Amino acid sequence: METQRDGEAGGLLDVRGLTKVFGTLKACDAIDLTIDRGEIHALLGENGAGKSTFVKMLFGALEPAAGTIGWKGRQVTIPTPGAARRLGIGMVFQHFSLFEALTAAENIMLSLDEKAPIMQIAERARALSKTYGLPLDPFAHVGDLSVGERQRIEIIRCLLQKPDLIILDEPTSVLTPQEADKLFDTLETLRDEGKSILYISHRLEEVKRLCDRATVLRHGRVVAHCDPRQETAASLARMMVGNDVEAVSRPADAGGAHEALLEVSGLSRPAANPFAVPLREIRLTVRAGQVLGIAGVAGNGQGELFEALSGEALQEHAGVVRIRGMDCGRLSISGRRLLGAGFVPEERLGHGAAPHMRLSENLLLSRHATDGKSLLGPLGTVREGALTAAAERIVETMDVRMSGTDPEAAALSGGNLQKFIIGRELDRQPAVLIVNQPTWGVDAGAAARIRQALIDLARSGSAVLVISQDLDELFEISDAIAVMHDGRLSAPLPIAEASFEKVGLLMGGAAPGHTIDNALDNATEQA
Amino acid sequence: MMRLELVKRPQRSALFSAVSPLIALVLTVAAGAVMFSVLGKNPLDALYYYFIDPLRETWSLHELAVKAAPLILIAVGLSVCFLSNNWNIGAEGQFIAGAIAGGILPVVFPDFQNWSVLPLMMLMGVAGGAAYAAVPALLKARFNTNEILTSLMLVYVAQLFLDWLVRGPWRDPGGMNFPETRDFHAFAILPELLPSAGRAHWGIVFAVVAALVLWFVLRKTLKGFEIRVLGQSPRAGRFAGFSAPRMVVVAFLISGGLAGLAGISEVAGAIGQLQPSISPGYGFTAIIVAFLGRLNPLGIVAAGFVLALSYLGGEAAQISIGLSDKAARAFQGMLLFFVLGCDTLIHYRIRLAGRATARRREVAQNV
Repeated sequence: METQRDGEAGGLLDVRGLTKVFGTLKACDAIDLTIDRGEIHALLGENGAGKSTFVKMLFGALEPAAGTIGWKGRQVTIPTPGAARRLGIGMVFQHFSLFEALTAAENIMLSLDEKAPIMQIAERARALSKTYGLPLDPFAHVGDLSVGERQRIEIIRCLLQKPDLIILDEPTSVLTPQEADKLFDTLETLRDEGKSILYISHRLEEVKRLCDRATVLRHGRVVAHCDPRQETAASLARMMVGNDVEAVSRPADAGGAHEALLEVSGLSRPAANPFAVPLREIRLTVRAGQVLGIAGVAGNGQGELFEALSGEALQEHAGVVRIRGMDCGRLSISGRRLLGAGFVPEERLGHGAAPHMRLSENLLLSRHATDGKSLLGPLGTVREGALTAAAERIVETMDVRMSGTDPEAAALSGGNLQKFIIGRELDRQPAVLIVNQPTWGVDAGAAARIRQALIDLARSGSAVLVISQDLDELFEISDAIAVMHDGRLSAPLPIAEASFEKVGLLMGGAAPGHTIDNALDNATEQA
Repeated sequence: MMRLELVKRPQRSALFSAVSPLIALVLTVAAGAVMFSVLGKNPLDALYYYFIDPLRETWSLHELAVKAAPLILIAVGLSVCFLSNNWNIGAEGQFIAGAIAGGILPVVFPDFQNWSVLPLMMLMGVAGGAAYAAVPALLKARFNTNEILTSLMLVYVAQLFLDWLVRGPWRDPGGMNFPETRDFHAFAILPELLPSAGRAHWGIVFAVVAALVLWFVLRKTLKGFEIRVLGQSPRAGRFAGFSAPRMVVVAFLISGGLAGLAGISEVAGAIGQLQPSISPGYGFTAIIVAFLGRLNPLGIVAAGFVLALSYLGGEAAQISIGLSDKAARAFQGMLLFFVLGCDTLIHYRIRLAGRATARRREVAQNV
């Protein structure tokens, strides 16, 4: 709509001094950022650095407290997402907003301002998907599509609005490495056409590979503008975190005979609701001293597997799950804890912890059965002194930062609460620890600490099962990696044989070259 | 077009959380004064008869205890339900069921007379109320029905069943066809505490003991922790190894049992027989008591006396200045409204969101 201005100096977006304050926290503090036409610009920062707040202001979802937004050479205010779209700013969110029961084309139609017949929209979507190498069937139901395909719908929906600037929020966090490669090709095509992209990520390798410039945020401030190609992953990480992150060390397995502490054989579970994933014939073994990683794109049955292993969902036969050699498929979560297992679920608030209860009460949540002797007195009374002391011990061991003594769980930051929840289980030295997404949304320093703690627990003789979508993390801590896809679990790849490519193919559902059975044999031979 | 939005406060004020029931009381009194003046009464007179006059004499203090006993007994039971996120609205029905079950002995077996009758009646009252509450509980635990609807509807079943009993099979043969049972015999009467001073009976002692016991359970024991966790975050409760369906049944049995005890205490203490109507809505008013007492059994004891006062005050105002007895109900309703309103505003603030403003800004910027 403003073609006559296109010639101006290549500058597309010119943000100056953008500030947003929540209560006493300056989420964004005088942020400057410029984006040229035909540029892929990275916005880097740890969780809580202010990235999301910043782009929400650009997209009209939050109102800035101060600062200006220059767009194509003139100042604008962006009161609503609709206004952002009309200016030519499009956004693809990390969490999709699609109706599962509708088709791709219907979902696209719902978001368009114009009224156009569905066939015409489907045709335009198909044409776009061809141009940009984003294969998509417009008439497929969203519920049947993989996460990667759903993301394509969001991208095409965004492209149909003909934006000049596309904001992508952590787009590869839900993709396999191969799908991510395809996405990068698409983004490069878009750049070559003169479109600009603001690329939010904390994955340094892909930023180095893809982006022309980068802006690094820390605690709501810009700490650097740089050319990521001139930097190393380590130097970028240092800018993000502010100091060097200690590398996690994984000492070699001590060797010797290893007892199988967690054994699962033929675990199947029907889908509990229409959008849950059924589990099919899952087998795995985790031995003392070992960390087994389970990779997979979100929504392939990881949550269902966790519930089945923890005993929140029971199995039909007791022998399906064995902990320390005891059949426990019919035991409740407390029964499994009493056998020596510990569990850390993916959701921190509302599952791993009750949000409005104090930390000491949240300690009781998972420990009342196993530590009844020390935490409970006569008549089932709670020994508050013992409880507070135990909570303080965990806070100190795990370096949990918080304000005041014994605050509510919801008052802690995500990373600190996660440290507490993991520390709560580590504190009792569980023989088997099952963790789902140990460092999701946790800052780099805390994440390194948690990963090290998991390795140390395994090396001290426990079996550790880690379910994660973060491949870097799994490669850092696992002795073997198995992949979940569509409710099935692949055979474990010993870490020496695993590569991003192999794991990525399995995440995408490619059948591995070997069957589960002979791979299990291999793994057994190795152990 | 203007829209009202509730926006969650980042943190709630500890001070206002503590004084919120008092604020609600003050607002209720103020709104009540407005209501009285609209009804053409002098608001100061009305408030005097409502809140001061009933407290001036010993016998009326006894009356206060008579009214407060069932309210407190029922409300402490309800606090267990509400804290565990089970919405038992049918305490009135459980109250009646307890009264009927306990009434079996003196009405059907009037010749069975010895010291064991009264304890048996109390136990049967508890059992009757608990059994009646078990119906919505099992329906919820097994079929996931909405307990608000089932428990409420069972109130009317209980009321009509009692009505049928006292007009039909249980009618006093020597009672001139009045719809009431025979008077309970002396062994079936709950004794008065100080017979020379007033009518207060052992019901108020039961109420205070129940409140103390439940306060201890809720605050100090693992069971109380289980009740609160399952109410606040059911998924975290399941992770802790607590069973939500079992808690539904436990909570309903506790509150039904206490409502049943309140019912049999009322008929064996204050009334002395079964009649078509044995409660001026204690089971519903107890919901207000539970929330005014912030679901804390000790707070509920205080709140029970406040609401009991509103019953007495309603009667006093009716007699002395001719205020309709409906005014007392309206008064109680306002109290619940302000209690819940204050609690909401502690957690949320109100924002006026004008869609028109947003659109105006958008248009201005596009020009």
